[in-house]
Amino acid sequence: MSLGDSSTPLGRVRGLGSAREGGEHWLTERVTSIALLLLGSWLIASLLLLPGLDQRTLTEWLRAPSGAVPMALFVIVAFKHALDGMKVIVDDYVHDEGNRFACNLALLFLAIGGAALALFALASIAFGGAA
Amino acid sequence: MLVSILHRVTGGALSVAGLAILAWWLMAIADGPDAYAKFSDLARSPIGLFVLIGLTWAFFQHLLSGIRHLSMDTGAAFELDTNKRFAILTIVLSILLTALLWAWLLGVRP
Repeated sequence: MSLGDSSTPLGRVRGLGSAREGGEHWLTERVTSIALLLLGSWLIASLLLLPGLDQRTLTEWLRAPSGAVPMALFVIVAFKHALDGMKVIVDDYVHDEGNRFACNLALLFLAIGGAALALFALASIAFGGAA
Repeated sequence: MLVSILHRVTGGALSVAGLAILAWWLMAIADGPDAYAKFSDLARSPIGLFVLIGLTWAFFQHLLSGIRHLSMDTGAAFELDTNKRFAILTIVLSILLTALLWAWLLGVRP
């Protein structure tokens, strides 16, 4: 029996594909999805359990580590998962190689820019002065 | 088939509109009570509610069909009957969860 026969399906596709990284991308998408299952449930439950949704209550919630840390993780993981998912859509529907590269580059910049903006806002809530 | 397409459509909507509104929401909270009041007024307007309720449904639909895809990744639920029942269940549950969440938000909150 050759080595190839005993490997798992995921093991066989790792390093293959035109980008040589399809297996990692596939796996990352699933790992982030499980993280978002937990973080998304936390977010919904928090919004339901907060005494109100006014600015003061939300600020108090996001100033405490118990609010700020999961929210920071949610922002990072959600933008990463969105980037990975949108890349699949671009790769499926944009056939011209140049356009595909441009779309993926734009997506990457938008995702990193959006995440940075959201994290900056969160940091100014968490470390800001008077609420 | 439909649920598979919905997974992609809701994922796209959440990525673009959902994350833009998440960043906007955090910036409005950071900006102080006046800025947040503007955000809140817009969110409670008919168009705001339509978008937010739509995104809530997209969130639950994507979450549930995501669970379906994860279980199918393990090789489970490929039998036609089971597969179809699971697919229909994601739509029923996503609508139910959206209705419950907004009933709570609109009913209990001022």
